[in-house]
Amino acid sequence: MTESEMTETRIDVRKTYKLYIGGDFPRSESGRTFIVNDSSGKFLANMSQASRKDARDAVQKARGAFGGWSGRTAYNRAQILYRVAEVMEGRRDQFEAELRQAEGLTAAKAKTYVSAAIDRWVWYAGWSDKIAQVTGGANPVAGPYFNHSAPEPSGVIAIVAPKGPLLGLVSVLAPVIATGNTCVVVASEAHPVPAITLAEVMATSDLPGGVVNLLTGSAAEIAPWLASHMDVNGIDLTGITDPDRARDLEASAADNLKRVRRPRPEDLLATPDLTRMTTFLETKTVWHPMGI
Amino acid sequence: MNSGLSSLADATSSDAALRRFLHGLPGVDQVGAEQRAAGLGTRSIKTSAKEYAIDLAIRMVDLTTLEGMDTPGKVRALSAKAMRPDPADQTCPHTAAVCVYPDMVGFARETLGSSGVNIAAVATAFPSGRAALDIKLADVQDAVEAGADEIDMVIDRGAFLSGRYLEVFEEIVAVRAACGDAHLKVIFETGELQTYDNVRRVSWLAMMAGAHFIKTSTGKVQPAATLPVTLVMLEAVRDYRDVTGQMVGVKPAGGIRTSKDAIKYLVMVNEVAGPDWLSPDWFRFGASTLLNDLLMQRTKMKTGRYSGPDYFTLD
Repeated sequence: MTESEMTETRIDVRKTYKLYIGGDFPRSESGRTFIVNDSSGKFLANMSQASRKDARDAVQKARGAFGGWSGRTAYNRAQILYRVAEVMEGRRDQFEAELRQAEGLTAAKAKTYVSAAIDRWVWYAGWSDKIAQVTGGANPVAGPYFNHSAPEPSGVIAIVAPKGPLLGLVSVLAPVIATGNTCVVVASEAHPVPAITLAEVMATSDLPGGVVNLLTGSAAEIAPWLASHMDVNGIDLTGITDPDRARDLEASAADNLKRVRRPRPEDLLATPDLTRMTTFLETKTVWHPMGI
Repeated sequence: MNSGLSSLADATSSDAALRRFLHGLPGVDQVGAEQRAAGLGTRSIKTSAKEYAIDLAIRMVDLTTLEGMDTPGKVRALSAKAMRPDPADQTCPHTAAVCVYPDMVGFARETLGSSGVNIAAVATAFPSGRAALDIKLADVQDAVEAGADEIDMVIDRGAFLSGRYLEVFEEIVAVRAACGDAHLKVIFETGELQTYDNVRRVSWLAMMAGAHFIKTSTGKVQPAATLPVTLVMLEAVRDYRDVTGQMVGVKPAGGIRTSKDAIKYLVMVNEVAGPDWLSPDWFRFGASTLLNDLLMQRTKMKTGRYSGPDYFTLD
């Protein structure tokens, strides 16, 4: 058999895109899929369409992973985030190709966005063991006490990721887990393919299963269940563009006093501020008696 | 039916007759039983049927704490939870019973009083059953005197596995006599019995000896309750009623942690034994963590939003 004959007879290995829950890649419990097209409207992939039960399972896994993840040293979390950046760097050709397919970007632009996404991981990895010094500290009090405040992670955070399929996702994801939270992310409905590839990167970067859980599907369907879920401690609404829907979600998030980050216009390529981290941190203040 | 009854009486007249009877029971088709159990587990129970199933499952729970580290305080807290599983919801039913060690029965009684929640005590050298008969009987008497409504005994698995069936039979008869008015549940520890055939045999043996309930496991041995084992036991109680007219209850215990699991069991009860068994008088779950999951599901159905473990007691 000649080489050209072999190419002709080879059967395509098509990929089944699945969800990322608890470190595994399961299909949706509902068995549903939806079709994703590329920027020119041609068929690109079949994606799993997550249901509310997938969201529930994801929250359960995120809760299960919280103790271990938040209990790690900040330094160790930083190392793991940096590792994600390293592994992404090795797969940057794939990411660039996917961005060009999904959004029809030029090669140069795709390269810019992938580089920015990798750098974003590194930026937040650096913050992981420094945020406590910046947002916490020793407080002067009138009394024989050593009084200090330290930021602590809120718990399980639900995130509705914005449109930017890679940089947008990394920009909302990295700050939440850098500080020790675990999360359930609803990926951009329009461009979920790079999100699942990112999940594959995270699954092979020493990130414990359940710290990040990624759902693909309709944010309109899944987000209300996450917003009202009593075991979710915060919700990031960045990906919600309709102000009425954002208001409704914030209202149902109020039942258990979730921390809410409202959607606001932002330039993804610019250097971020600390608010994405501080929104999902709680300050613990300790009064420690001092000897005389 | 009379001929059935008299043949059962003959069967227990001697060790050889009992062995002949038990080994004459039809064998269990292992693949068939497992497939049937798996098939019944795929039934979809939704909306109002699910609400009914969850409340029924709560009413069937024997809320259990059987740890070396049990304290009177823990037993009181557990008893309070059994009476009012969801303090935020008056319509939530109470559980069937609490299940504790004999020395804890008194503390449970203080809290439960005449609330309608029964007290079950594990006796007869639970969980191994390795003690002399008079010690086992004294254990039972202790529990009954302390106010237990139900006694959960363990059989002597060593005797059963080495074929000394009459010894096992007579031990159950003796314990039943020591129970007085208390109901007797007989624990087989099916995880140690090796085969489904043995489960069927021991089920008949215990029913003939006068068990009110047959129970899968102590919860101390893996595997504990499984769907196929419970299927075999449900078939046994169904067949036993056909022969004698007497109903015997079934209690799977250990390893049932989610509402989904509990509902699978209820479907099986209905399909295998029949709707007569769908009552706390005839079917129980031996469980501790299951109750919280049932309560979370119940809250989800009432409020329309998912609940979390933060809102229910740890136990």
